[in-house]
Amino acid sequence: MVEAFAFYSLAAFILGFAVLVITARNTVHSVLFLVANFLFVAALYVVLHAEFLAVIQVLVYAGGIVVLYLFVVMLVNLKRPPEAHADPRRRGRLGLAVAGLLLAQLVAVLGYSATQAVPAAAAAATAPAGGNVEAVGWLLYTDYLVPFEVASMLLLVAMIGAIILAKREL
Amino acid sequence: MIPITPAHYMVLSAALFMIGVIGVLVRRNIIVIFMSIELMLNAVNINLVAFAREWHQVVGQVFAVFIIVVAAAEAAVGLGIILAFYRNKETVNIDEMNVMKW
Repeated sequence: MVEAFAFYSLAAFILGFAVLVITARNTVHSVLFLVANFLFVAALYVVLHAEFLAVIQVLVYAGGIVVLYLFVVMLVNLKRPPEAHADPRRRGRLGLAVAGLLLAQLVAVLGYSATQAVPAAAAAATAPAGGNVEAVGWLLYTDYLVPFEVASMLLLVAMIGAIILAKREL
Repeated sequence: MIPITPAHYMVLSAALFMIGVIGVLVRRNIIVIFMSIELMLNAVNINLVAFAREWHQVVGQVFAVFIIVVAAAEAAVGLGIILAFYRNKETVNIDEMNVMKW
């Protein structure tokens, strides 16, 4: 009952802010709606007992990535908004049609999977006793050590690439 | 009231993903398109975490962490490209971004 109330209210906020992100005329407003969306997704993670991920979501997404977006929006000082004039090449209706097609596909997949028999849930994993952070950290540093290191290399490469791309003179 | 099942989270995730797809297809401001991509990555994360809980496994959350890492890298590089492009062409409209078109 509590979970249902939390889920429906959070889902409403998540979807509402997502719609506002893609409909806002002012890009700064879009970024601020995106922050709100990320915070509600973090709350949904708490409902799902993924506390570590919720903290990461707030720190990395709402704290890091969105600030990056805000910086770029403010550095890109547009005298002429990109969508101010009607563009003859713009095919918004076609985009909506393609999105509707994809939605139909997703609904079909969901409906199909709903009719299938659900396999018995696996036995609870032998996660070490302790909180969610401990469990995630345990997996990251044992079974998923190599992907973890690859991810850190990816971040390093992305950091160097972003610096080089954004530099005025190489 | 019916209990919340993974199907509920899948529907929410699909709806969020569709909003991201519509943003990518309909908007012409490249920064808004990047934000729509972040929305789609979030939708995938919701699915992963919902199934991680359903199956009592933490692996889904580990993969969600990896997705967040990739999203951060993508945002950094993508926004760097946007800045470099803006410096040359003074626009963020993707219809005018055709310097690499054959």
